[in-house]
Amino acid sequence: MATAVETLRDTPFTIGGRTFHSRLMVGTGKYQDNETMVRAVAASGAEIVTVAVRRVDLDRTKRAGVLYHLDPKRYFLLANTAGCATAEDAVRYARLAREAGFNEFVKLEVIGDQETLLPDVQGLLAAATILIREGFKVLAYTNEDLVAALRLEDAGCAAVMPLASPIGSGLGLLNPYSVRTIKRRLQVPVVVDAGVGTASDACLTMEQGVDGILMNTALAAARDPVAMAHAMRLAVEAGRTAYLAGRMPRREVAVPSSPLEGMLD
Amino acid sequence: MTDTIDITLNGERRAVTRGVTLLQLLASLELDPRAVVVEHNRTIVRRPALGDVRVAPGDAVELVHFVGGG
Repeated sequence: MATAVETLRDTPFTIGGRTFHSRLMVGTGKYQDNETMVRAVAASGAEIVTVAVRRVDLDRTKRAGVLYHLDPKRYFLLANTAGCATAEDAVRYARLAREAGFNEFVKLEVIGDQETLLPDVQGLLAAATILIREGFKVLAYTNEDLVAALRLEDAGCAAVMPLASPIGSGLGLLNPYSVRTIKRRLQVPVVVDAGVGTASDACLTMEQGVDGILMNTALAAARDPVAMAHAMRLAVEAGRTAYLAGRMPRREVAVPSSPLEGMLD
Repeated sequence: MTDTIDITLNGERRAVTRGVTLLQLLASLELDPRAVVVEHNRTIVRRPALGDVRVAPGDAVELVHFVGGG
């Protein structure tokens, strides 16, 4: 389905010196099977696809990792440090990921609370600083706090990734004002990561002017992940285009759309 | 002197042949060295060096790869 609007020229979406066309990034976790995951990723139109670093299951070494299913030539694989609770762990995982992977990009997560999976900003900054010194391009998963976002940018992060709502919650964009403010104040790309539940959430998020969205559970936990991936692709494009088009002002009173002149007596 | 030693492999104690290299260890596990990253006592061992590093008793070896994640 063609959805491109030729009348609108979007700026390129560039992170850490790499330019992408799709503003939707997707994760590869929690799918019922790899075949569904591959089809959903394809339907999403995403170019950046996240993966996690974990121990090889030594009892089933014949079961290949995710790279067996995703062509690294087709997708830009973005490793994460999901599950890490300290800066030290996150740095360790990032180094392993760089060794396993194909690029120097890492989606940095340092989790500060196990119930909400909210980020530990102090640990995040510490890990980001170390990794940036080692040449990593860090995309930092953070909360919707402007000051934290500014500090991460100052530290040299390639992108800042504020959450829409907690990971896997599907609660949607809880704080549009904060996300909008972060986007307005930062020079580096702002990619909303986590919490988007359905297409309207994605659309509303993109309408705030952010550069992109990363999502996983919204696709993986949908009844039909492939169809939801398609819906998200459209929603991200719609939201982005609406943002570029510029919405009408809100008014508290009605303004007629049809002329008042020419009415019959 | 036994011909096996105990190491910690992916968090679990495991008996391996004495003097085995990391490359031989991967082969014994039927793992493709291109598909895993090896961490030996917290230090990453790059692929070309896997045949040079021998494991010693009590060593900690981690074998990791990419899995689905968000």
